[in-house]
Amino acid sequence: MENRIRRLLLLCGILFISTGIYRKEVGTVFIKAINICLECIGVG
Amino acid sequence: MKRKMVQIITTLITNSNFKGFTEGKIYRGNIKKVCVPGLNCYSCPGALGSCPIGSLQAVISSIKYEFSFYIVGILLLLGTLFGRFICGWLCPFGLFQELLNKIPSPKFKVSKKFQHLKYVKYIILVVFVFLLPMFFVNDIGLGDPAFCKYICPAGTLEGGIPLVLSNDSLKSAIGYLFAWKMALLVISIILSIILFRPFCRFICPLGAIYALFNPISLYRLEVDQHKCTSCRLCSNKCKLDIDVYKNPNSLECIRCGECVSICPQHAIKSAITHSNKHNI
Repeated sequence: MENRIRRLLLLCGILFISTGIYRKEVGTVFIKAINICLECIGVG
Repeated sequence: MKRKMVQIITTLITNSNFKGFTEGKIYRGNIKKVCVPGLNCYSCPGALGSCPIGSLQAVISSIKYEFSFYIVGILLLLGTLFGRFICGWLCPFGLFQELLNKIPSPKFKVSKKFQHLKYVKYIILVVFVFLLPMFFVNDIGLGDPAFCKYICPAGTLEGGIPLVLSNDSLKSAIGYLFAWKMALLVISIILSIILFRPFCRFICPLGAIYALFNPISLYRLEVDQHKCTSCRLCSNKCKLDIDVYKNPNSLECIRCGECVSICPQHAIKSAITHSNKHNI
């Protein structure tokens, strides 16, 4: 049973990552990550 | 010792943009498209990758998306493979707290009365990482990364302090929010000296996510009940107050492995499990 859940979660993970890449979420992450996040450092 | 080396090496590798610290700038290369496994602020001048919790909020709080398949997918993969092994071995802020805990001082255990505080991190995960960035938005639909903004001491330590020290324009912009976050960092530091990993135990939303995977993750602890004498040495040794011999895959276990090495019967093993037929 645990193995099945594990496989299902791994499959979901791969599908989710692929969906995220297809939806161009990576671009949003990238833009946030390469600019200083003022909120994160406590300035903004 | 082996674990400490892994923690130090991971911290150095994921924060190896050393010139960023002197220039007061952050790394802007393509590796930032990928998340590191631990809590590591992407506004740290040394950071090469992105923080999973910061990225999750960035996508959720954006105008374009309300949910991040990309980050949730990464967390599903990492959680299913490793669970909270990541907290114990790969998280820079976990290492920071453990080093602080080595400072000679009276050490305290969390009494039973305060054990329920471990659930606070799940509330923080739901409210500050999901709900506030999703629903607390401005006129154009843009939300705030509420956890990063109001709580995360890792961002202050790794990003705020080095950037403010090396960047004059940021230094001139600090205000009440910076003071609030510095206060939280100081509280975290003081608590870390007297308690083992207080931020991981009570606050960290990334730890809360990985914790949910602990019972089913590929990397896990196994107790051989034929060898175990219930001597409780493992429970007494555990800095997170887990009864390891009863519940080796507790949500709170960060897989530090101290119970494995203390067991005189060698009844506890850390293993990568393909099948659960040997699990007790």
